[in-house]
Amino acid sequence: MITFPGTLDDADAARAVRYAGAEAVALWHGDHDLRGVAAVVVPGGFSYGDYLRAGAIASLAPIMSEVVAAAGRGMPVLGICNGFQILCEAGLLPGALVRNKGLHFVCRDQRLRVESTATAWTSALRNSQEIVVPLKSGEGRFVADAATLEELEGEGRVVFRYVGVNPNGAAADIAGVSSVDGRVVGLMPHPEHAVDPLTGPAREGLAVFESVLRVAV
Amino acid sequence: MARVVVDVMPKPEILDPQGQAVAGALGRLGIAGVTDVRQGKHFELDVDDSVDYETLHRIAGQLLANPVIEDWVVTRTP
Repeated sequence: MITFPGTLDDADAARAVRYAGAEAVALWHGDHDLRGVAAVVVPGGFSYGDYLRAGAIASLAPIMSEVVAAAGRGMPVLGICNGFQILCEAGLLPGALVRNKGLHFVCRDQRLRVESTATAWTSALRNSQEIVVPLKSGEGRFVADAATLEELEGEGRVVFRYVGVNPNGAAADIAGVSSVDGRVVGLMPHPEHAVDPLTGPAREGLAVFESVLRVAV
Repeated sequence: MARVVVDVMPKPEILDPQGQAVAGALGRLGIAGVTDVRQGKHFELDVDDSVDYETLHRIAGQLLANPVIEDWVVTRTP
């Protein structure tokens, strides 16, 4: 779990990792050190105050050069919300996240359809399974040029799609995508907030963190 | 030393809801005739002579703008 200045969801992401049965290791944005972890979660929040563009400054933080190198060696990396924005800005995932179509910050329990179980972060889910996890973002509209969208669809790299409502105007209802090798996944909704009925809708987000344990250990 | 201006705009095909909101507010201000507003960013950089045009475009394309969603123009005034 990486913490940047302005990260909000590192504690929740750590809790989700523990619930899944793994050890959560705190990583610091200013370090060039991944502390021997087997996988990396880039959590949500407003890193560096979202100055310039959401995720733009964080993508150049010292820890990110280590994450990019590790992803190149196949280490599983998950970007949630601001973490997704950071991974796009870092070039680990295609496309970009821009201001919601309706301008409003959207905070809701969002239904998603699992479009690919062939990634490091979705193997414990079922194809076409629908899960409900919280979405809370103001710049969550996924955009990419036509050729990139065609490539993502053709290669099965759309991982999650919004169901029912498209909350932010995302292209093709896309909520999450993966890298070519399926090891890097980014999504706007927050599976780490859906791991305990006490604090979120059911626990359907836990499978994301259970998935990575199958490949990372 | 030179003053360099970098103007960054959302690509034409990218929907700009912030610009639309500004256009809507103009109507509420009682101003007619503005048919479209698009919102971008304007950067002013003071650079010394060692920073060449190629470097300025790297600065613009790798940090100031995101080439996936934005276009930019670099203007250098000595």
